[in-house]
Amino acid sequence: MIIPTTEKGAEISRRDLLKKGGAMATVTLAPGVTLMAFGGQASADGLKKGARWGLLIDAGKCPEDCSACVTACSNEHGWKNNGLDTDPQWIRKVTLREKATGRENSLPVMCQHCDEPPCVDVCPTGASMKRADGIVLVNRHICIGCRYCMMACPFKARSFVAEEVTDQRTTTPRGNGTVEACNMCVHKIDRGDGTTACVEACQATGNNAMIFGDLNDPESDIAKAVSTYASMELRADLGLGLGVRYQNV
Amino acid sequence: MEKVTYRELRSTPKVWGFLILCAAFVAAAGLSVLYIEAHGHIVTGMNNQIVWGLPHVFAIFLIIAASGALNVSSIGSVFGKKPYKPVARLANVLAVALLMGGLAVLVLDLGRPDRLVMAMYTYNFTSIFAWNILLYTGFMGVVAIYLYTLMTRGMDPRFLKAAALLAFVWRLVLTTGTGSIFGWLVARTPYDSAIMPPMFIAMSFSFGMAMFMLVMSLTTAITNRVYTTELRVRQARLLGVFVAAAMYFVIAHHLSNMYLAKKSAYESWILLGGGIYTKLFWIGQVLIGGIIPMLLLFQPRIEAKRGAVLLAALLVVLGGLAQVYVIVVGGQAYPLDIFPGFEVSSSFNDGVINSYTPTLLELALGFGGIALALLITGLGMKFLRIVPDNLTDDTANAPMPAE
Repeated sequence: MIIPTTEKGAEISRRDLLKKGGAMATVTLAPGVTLMAFGGQASADGLKKGARWGLLIDAGKCPEDCSACVTACSNEHGWKNNGLDTDPQWIRKVTLREKATGRENSLPVMCQHCDEPPCVDVCPTGASMKRADGIVLVNRHICIGCRYCMMACPFKARSFVAEEVTDQRTTTPRGNGTVEACNMCVHKIDRGDGTTACVEACQATGNNAMIFGDLNDPESDIAKAVSTYASMELRADLGLGLGVRYQNV
Repeated sequence: MEKVTYRELRSTPKVWGFLILCAAFVAAAGLSVLYIEAHGHIVTGMNNQIVWGLPHVFAIFLIIAASGALNVSSIGSVFGKKPYKPVARLANVLAVALLMGGLAVLVLDLGRPDRLVMAMYTYNFTSIFAWNILLYTGFMGVVAIYLYTLMTRGMDPRFLKAAALLAFVWRLVLTTGTGSIFGWLVARTPYDSAIMPPMFIAMSFSFGMAMFMLVMSLTTAITNRVYTTELRVRQARLLGVFVAAAMYFVIAHHLSNMYLAKKSAYESWILLGGGIYTKLFWIGQVLIGGIIPMLLLFQPRIEAKRGAVLLAALLVVLGGLAQVYVIVVGGQAYPLDIFPGFEVSSSFNDGVINSYTPTLLELALGFGGIALALLITGLGMKFLRIVPDNLTDDTANAPMPAE
């Protein structure tokens, strides 16, 4: 498996790490059982040179009572929210009410896939990492479960697995005692699906509140949309350069 | 004038009883870790909002106190205060023991403590955590060298002074690293402040001195060794100054937060409406850990008031634990402001004060850290010549073996 990384200081060590850890990408658990990390075999589309994968979410098209994206993510990656504070939530619906005007709104929040991810900065082992195409991931093989990334994330995007996991998806390795978050369906991107589970589900409802694509490709739908209509980043004051943008918040 | 001599503690029932008591607490912590390991963190009170709980409170308190305990020897070796010199060896051992106790709790509360070796060879140098791993292990090495120079007969005083100075600087850097864990969290209103590292240094001076005074009092209570009046009085007055310094940073932090409109909501919560955290702040941190100890320590004729000094040191420790609880848990309980200007709600506790109820498992782990620190210190005193044997008020200013 090849994971390209950018050339900046912190990423160089991560690249070296990944080179050495290439063999760790697939871990044989028992004869015939292989656990694949980071989406397994990448296709040429998944590693499009110079890509910056992102999401555009139109809060104006996101009904408060719809949680199709949340359900799809849970099914795709095998996490379950049974209402406990220890249950993981890779994506959640947040209801907003503007204090000054009383206007109400609803939108999904997940890992914002920062250009300068605080989780990657604080991770002591380099388990939190960013691919060159902007996807922020946790390498579950070297995460020691210190949870410093959860302290650092401005969006509460991360969850800690507090019990044994069952019914794991082969494309999404998870593990008790490690931290996890939205991985922008990296396995789907790497195999060339060109979309994510949440976006697929949103489109299936007909709401079309979410667009996935390459922000760096001027011909992509997402790049055209963000260049035409106003959109914003959450906590833009932090200067993190997010891969997820919102409209009509 | 007679030289200060050091001798291992005698094998008395009191000494062994104390060590066995500590070992029992360590064992209880071990069992609680095994239970958490077997079931996952779901059996603790921690969750996806309060990710660092009671174990971190104890761990951070111990790590802060460790660097402060070393000050007791630095005051003698670096700043030349003679009454402190005879207890420098003990302070060094206590400093390392407190650090080991704190680190043990920190490490055993990891989601995957079995992977600790990962943190030894896959470093991310942009992480202050990774730097702290080097600072903590380096601290133990530097203090070991310092202890060697203290315990070696005929050691060139220049080497001793150099080692002591290195250890003193190292401990300042170390506590800066510990404070930066919180100070560099830009996303969280209660943290995100450059005052955190110096505040942690002031806290360490206070917590470490108090821990040393308690250990020294306990040691002299169960052995025939002497805690000289001069040392006790000097330490009492200095502890009072350290408590005041730590409170100064707390006041400066809250005042500057109150001045910023974006942080004023947090300030009114923590200072007025924060429930348990507000109580812990005013009653635990300010009253028990600050005002009462200062009143006790700054009273006249303190030399005759052993009980008051001991009580003050104990209150500083209890108030310190309350302070670290307010910082660590209270800081996480306050919701993240992801959407400034909006009221928010979600299934993931957005916009609400997060709840946390510590379990006995976490308490056992935390106490185990303190017990481990005391056990290591006790074993150090039992098997190493680190506690003065002939120290009295008359010999307190006697020449040191290394001089």
